Amino acid sequence: VCIHRVRLCSSIRFIKSKYVCGFDKSALKFSHQQRLFRTSAVSCGQIVQFKLSDIGEGITEVTVKEWYIKEGDSVSQFDNICEVQSDKASVTITSRYDGIIRKLHYNLDEIAYVGKPLVDIEIDASKGVAPEEDVVETPPMSHEEHTHQEIKGHKTLATPAVRRLAMENNIKLSEVVGTGKENRILKEDILNYLAKQTGAILPPSPKAEIIPPLPKSETMPAAPKDKACKIPVPVSRPIVFSGKDKTEPVTGFQKAMVKTMSAALKIPHFGYCDEIDLTQLVQLREELKSLAQIRGVKLSFMPFFIKAVSLGLLQYPILNASLDESCQNITYKASHNIGVAMDTEQGLIVPNVKNVQVCSVFEIASELNRLQSLGSAGQLGTSDLTGGTFTLSNIGTIGGTYAKAVILPPEVAIGALGKIQVLPRFNGKGEVFKAQIMNVSWSADHRIIDGATMARFSN
Amino acid sequence: MVLQTLKNCLQLSCILRTPKAGFRSTTSRSLIIQSVSTDVYQNLAVEDWIHDHMNLENRQVLFLWRNSPAVVIGRHQNPWQECNLRLLRQKNIKLARRRSGGGTVYHDLGNINLTFFTNRKKYERMENLKLVVKALKALRPQLDVHVTDRYDILLDRQYKISGTAAKLGRTTAYHHCTLLCNADKFVLSSVLKSPYKGLKSNATPSVPASVKNLFEEDSSLTCEMLLDAIAEEYAAQHQIDHHITLINPADETELPGINNKTKELRTWEWVYGKTPKFSVSTCFNMVYKDSVLDVKVDMDVKHGRIEVCNIDLPEQWLPAALCSELMKSLTGSKFCPNETTTLATTLLRVCPQDDELHSKWNLLCENMRMLM
Repeated sequence: VCIHRVRLCSSIRFIKSKYVCGFDKSALKFSHQQRLFRTSAVSCGQIVQFKLSDIGEGITEVTVKEWYIKEGDSVSQFDNICEVQSDKASVTITSRYDGIIRKLHYNLDEIAYVGKPLVDIEIDASKGVAPEEDVVETPPMSHEEHTHQEIKGHKTLATPAVRRLAMENNIKLSEVVGTGKENRILKEDILNYLAKQTGAILPPSPKAEIIPPLPKSETMPAAPKDKACKIPVPVSRPIVFSGKDKTEPVTGFQKAMVKTMSAALKIPHFGYCDEIDLTQLVQLREELKSLAQIRGVKLSFMPFFIKAVSLGLLQYPILNASLDESCQNITYKASHNIGVAMDTEQGLIVPNVKNVQVCSVFEIASELNRLQSLGSAGQLGTSDLTGGTFTLSNIGTIGGTYAKAVILPPEVAIGALGKIQVLPRFNGKGEVFKAQIMNVSWSADHRIIDGATMARFSN
Repeated sequence: MVLQTLKNCLQLSCILRTPKAGFRSTTSRSLIIQSVSTDVYQNLAVEDWIHDHMNLENRQVLFLWRNSPAVVIGRHQNPWQECNLRLLRQKNIKLARRRSGGGTVYHDLGNINLTFFTNRKKYERMENLKLVVKALKALRPQLDVHVTDRYDILLDRQYKISGTAAKLGRTTAYHHCTLLCNADKFVLSSVLKSPYKGLKSNATPSVPASVKNLFEEDSSLTCEMLLDAIAEEYAAQHQIDHHITLINPADETELPGINNKTKELRTWEWVYGKTPKFSVSTCFNMVYKDSVLDVKVDMDVKHGRIEVCNIDLPEQWLPAALCSELMKSLTGSKFCPNETTTLATTLLRVCPQDDELHSKWNLLCENMRMLM
């Protein structure tokens, strides 16, 4: 039984590491002979040595700088094979054949020689060696009705691989718009054409959607409706979808976020939401905006909210506290370092404005400007990003009304601000007026904060 | 001026749009084009676009461009080895990676860039550079300029005023070079000096050279004059009118697909991620309170990301668990100061809330940042 298994292995290394102790030399010799027996299915093609072609300027050697393919990959004519460099010139080498890469003759940074083999490509035996130039005219094929050769009296340019793809999908090349050089039809053009046909949305966005195959009428349960109402049976189309799942490791900053959010999950959150009438604030900001501009500061609503939070924290300092790991001690922080959630390319970062309790709205606004420009340049420093005691997330700038924000440890509370909406409200006299309403959603650590405190703070 | 630009752009679209007649294009006259943009990424994208979309079977193109301050590294180079990234970020100087090979250069508005596009077979760098020298000598006969066998142009036999690089594709090729007219030499020399120690890689190294501006030799020279002289010589040699067509690299209708190319050139994955594998092996001192600590760092960086990270700290200075947490988190993250800062400060949230611990952690992270 063991010998049988050995025979099926296509790699001598595998045999050596796992079975050698159980066998004597004769068994190994036997397996040596069997080494050439391949179990892979596609193996009857012709191996062609693709040589490095002339670079020009009398150059005879180049350095291999990057491989675009690896052994086992399938390539089409004109696909990029590798990048080589010679004396300040970077050269992209493209494949002349369709086939499977069987061997790379050089490693990275090795010297490759013009005229010597660069890669070995296994070409499909049934097709033979592909010609060196573009295929402009192909001999009449049995699927002629599907692979139209001419568009408006001009020949269509497409590689054999692309033609095969079109044929496999019953596509007339004449109906496909070519976006390659000289209107050559590329693989992407066929895929786009297919996408339009099936209505599927194809990548580059990974969030592609597939239209599920429609159920056949026989499998539907007997309808209790009357048979006079005939449901038209949709024609099921062959679903062609060539998107692929993409898996990436969670790295760097995302990994840190995973840790933080997992820790945050341990905090028992409770939420409290309310609606705030900002009509007067909107007016005030309008009046102050130009004044701030003169002083070189862009004034948004955030500085007001930040200051308001700080004033509230003076009355309810427990919201500016921190609970230690063992839940034994509460540390009331003296400084109000209000964090402002910022959406950047990397993700969510939270720089904070230090000591808001002693800052004016204008000072907060200018500090916020500084943090925002550093944030978008990706240059926030350590001190800007640490030491926060309370966080505000102005998600309303993107949209939304209510949110359930997650507290950022080691803090104990967070506020999410929705967008400002113009809504009808009743005033003290029972009259309807135009109000500027914003919703705020607070989350707090229920181990040390109670609902009443949160509600009063919010008020 | 605007109308002229418009007229020029319209002319270009007629020329660029190759008719559906197959291989032969009806116009086979060479072309001189100039970019209206000084954005290095947009201009590099134009090169890409011409390389990918223009039919150069029977014609050649000269592309003239200038950039606002930027450092441009070659395709296979390591930005950490080539320039002072810290200084670049401080001074808001852009960093770009071009698709051609060769070394690192500093561009500003006092430097002009010339790209000679031909089909693959007609790729001939020496001819192009001789054309430039001929143009310079026609403009100022007393200039002592000549081409070296390294494809540099030297002034007075010692100062480099032009560097060259090239890109060859399947059917087209381009050769581009710089020409120093009136660039800021002080900034040039300070940004092209790397402060990063302990880097080991197979990336193409730059060959430093003493440079000089043509302006220093003859203060009447301006970039415009140089561009004009070169265009005139090119026109003469290619038997076309001395006419420069202006192009706008942001115009998607003129150059369909150009904005995607520009976007790609700006991505971190292209600028930093294409750096060939390298390792960092260095040590630094940290001053904490009254003591000086020795820290040894070893990292392997591939595709711009830290593959392996090892930080050797004096024992007990930081709890071992924290130190290993830092190393684990850095593994897989970008070799980038910003990423390190956000990562480190985020991790701080789940550390014990101890001021001393926090200041030690911050000190260590600050120093790690400095390596990037």
